[in-house]
Amino acid sequence: MARWGMVIDLDRCNGCQACEVACRSENNVAVGGPQAARENRTISWMRVHTELEGEWPDLRARFVPHPCMQCDRPPCTLVCHVQATTLDREGIVSQIYARCIGCRYCANACPYTVKYFNWRRPSYPESVLPSLNPDVSVRPVGVIEKCTFCNHRLQKARDQARAENRPLREEDYVPACAESCPTGAIVFGNLDDPGQRVARLSHDPRAFRLQEDLGTQPKVYYLAEQD
Amino acid sequence: MTDLDIVSRLPQDERMLLMPLVRTTRTFWGWAMLMVAISLWGAFAYYYQLRHGLGATGLNTPEYWGIYIICFVFFIGISHAGTLISAILRVANAEWRRSITRSAEFITVLVIGFGAVQPVLDLGRPDRVLNVILNPQPFSPLLWDIMSIGLYLTASSIYLYIPMIPDLARIRDLGLRPRPLYWFLAIGYRDTPAARQTLERIIAVLAVMVIPIAVSVHTVIGWIFALTLRPMWHSAIFGPYFVVGAIFSGIAALIIAMTILRRVYNLGAYFKDIHFNNMGLLLLVMAVIWFYFSFAENLTVWYGGEEAELATLYSRLIGDFAFPFWLMVACCFVIPFALMSRRATRNVAGTTVASVAVVIGMWLERFNIVVPTSLHPRVAMSGLHYLPSWVELSIMAGTFSGFILVYMVATKFFPIISIWEIKEGREKSVEEVSERVAAYLPDDVVMVKS
Repeated sequence: MARWGMVIDLDRCNGCQACEVACRSENNVAVGGPQAARENRTISWMRVHTELEGEWPDLRARFVPHPCMQCDRPPCTLVCHVQATTLDREGIVSQIYARCIGCRYCANACPYTVKYFNWRRPSYPESVLPSLNPDVSVRPVGVIEKCTFCNHRLQKARDQARAENRPLREEDYVPACAESCPTGAIVFGNLDDPGQRVARLSHDPRAFRLQEDLGTQPKVYYLAEQD
Repeated sequence: MTDLDIVSRLPQDERMLLMPLVRTTRTFWGWAMLMVAISLWGAFAYYYQLRHGLGATGLNTPEYWGIYIICFVFFIGISHAGTLISAILRVANAEWRRSITRSAEFITVLVIGFGAVQPVLDLGRPDRVLNVILNPQPFSPLLWDIMSIGLYLTASSIYLYIPMIPDLARIRDLGLRPRPLYWFLAIGYRDTPAARQTLERIIAVLAVMVIPIAVSVHTVIGWIFALTLRPMWHSAIFGPYFVVGAIFSGIAALIIAMTILRRVYNLGAYFKDIHFNNMGLLLLVMAVIWFYFSFAENLTVWYGGEEAELATLYSRLIGDFAFPFWLMVACCFVIPFALMSRRATRNVAGTTVASVAVVIGMWLERFNIVVPTSLHPRVAMSGLHYLPSWVELSIMAGTFSGFILVYMVATKFFPIISIWEIKEGREKSVEEVSERVAAYLPDDVVMVKS
C-alpha cells in the first residue's frame, strides 16, 4: 500500500506561485476576489507563505509553500464528529463535502491553518467557467475544503494502469502543484517505495517537517535552504 | 369567582406566591413585547444568515469561531446556576435555600436550550445537523458535548419538575386556569404524608445525581477547546476552570434574577437580605477561586515560555486584547471581591452590582478565550482581524431577550418560589434544625459511660 507524500525543496522555490494557480484551476477552487481578500476569506489549497528576514536593504525573502500536510496523525480528523474528514488507507486526509456540517472544529484543530471554509457560495469569474475541472466536485456553501493531493488524479492513474495491465508508475500520479512547478521544487510520490525520489529526499539531511514537535507526523517534507 | 379572587383569599405564602399567576401588570406586557420584538429581530437576523451563508457574519480565516461559540459557552455556563446550586444547597441541607431553589432551577432549564442552539446557529450547514446522529464519531469532543448537554437538560428538567408537583397539585385543587395544564402536570398527586415522603426521597436522589452531570457538562465544553493543539486552549486546567466559571456566572445570574423577581413581584419578604448576603458569600468564594484559576493558567503559560503560547498570552496581557482582558479581571475579581468582602455591601444593591459585573466579566472571559487564540495561529499570518457583524450581534441580543421572555412567561404559569417548601420550613425545619444543632453538641459524659 502506498503512503503518498511530498518533498518541497525550499532552495528551488522562487515564490512564483504557479503551484497556487495550478491548484486553483485543477481543483475548482472558488475565486473570491478582492472582497474575500479583504475579509480574510480567500481559499487557496496551496499557499506560498513569504517570510521576510532582516531589514531593508539587507532583506531576504524565503518562500514556503503550504499545502495540507496530510498528517499521519491528523488533529482534524480526530475532532470531526460526523466523520466528514478521515485519513484514508493511503495516507491522504480526505474531506467529504456532502457530509460536512460546517462546524469548523477541524479548521480550529489544524495547527497549519490549511483547512478552508466556504463562507459564501463559491463563485467564479465568467472566464473561468468553461475551464472548470469535471473531475472535481464544486463545493457548496458552508463546508470545509482542503488540499487532497489531487487524489482524483490517483483514481484516474490507477484506472489507466489497470487498463494497460501494468503497475502504477511514479510519474503516473502527480498533483497539479508538483506538475506545474517550473523549478521542480515539488517532488511527489510514495514515501514507502525506496526507489522513488520522494522517499530518498525525505531522508535527506536537509529534510524537515513543519512543527514536527507537535507529533502530527506530516507527510509533506521540506528541504532546508543551503546558504 | 375569578382566579384573582381565589388567590386573594389565601393565607400569606400562597397569596403572595400565586399572585403573579393571576395578575399581570401593564409593565409586564410592555417588557414582554419589547423582548418579543428583540427576539423576532434576532430570528430575522438568523433568517438572513440562512439565506446568505455564514458570510453574513464577521467570521473569517482563522477566526473560525466567534460570538456564537462565546455565547454557547456563556449560556451553558449561566445554566449552571440553577440545578447545580440548588442541588448543592439541598444536599448540604442549607435551610436558606427554600425560597431560592425554584427560581434557580428555572434558569437552568430555560437557558440551556438557548445555549445548546448556539453551535447550530454557528453551523455552515444547519440542514445537515442530523449527521451528528447518523454518522457519529465517538472520539470527537463535540459528540461528548451533545450527550452531556442532552443528559443535563433531561436531568435538570426532571429536577425542576419533581419538586414542583406539590405546588402544581395545590394549584389544580384551587382550580386556577388553565385547568387542563395543571391537571396534567400534577399527575394525580395527593399531598399525603406518604406521598410527601416518597417525593422527598426522589428529590434527595436526584439532587445527588445531577451534581456529577452538571460538572461533566462544563468540563466537556472546556475540553472542546483543550483537546486541540491551539496555544492557550491546549491546557489541562480548562475542564475545572470552565466548571468554576460556569458556577460563578450562574450564581451571578441567579442573584440578578432574584433582585428582579423581588422587585417586580414584591417578594422582599421571601428574598431577604440574608439570602443576598449568603449568595454574596458564595459569589465571593467563587471570585477568589476564579482568580486562583486564572492566575495559575496565565502563570503556567508565561513560565513555560513557548513561543506560540506567549504570542497569545501577550496579546491578552498587553496587546490587542488588553482592554477586554483587564476589564474581565476588574469585572470578575476586583469589583465582586471589593463589594462582597464587606458585610455592608453584601446587601441587595451591592450583590446585584457585583453580579452584573460578574456576568459581563464572564462573557468577556469566553471572548478572551475564543478570539485571541483564534487570531494567533501557529502558522504566522498577517492582517488578521475579527469584527462581529450585525447578524451575530442581533442573534446574540435575540438570545438574551428570548431567555428573558421565556423566564417571564414561566413566572406567569408556575410559582417562582416553592410554596410547599416554604411551608415545610415554617412547620418542620425550625424544630429539625434545633435538634440537629443539639446533636452536634458534646454528649453528657456521665450518660456515655453508663
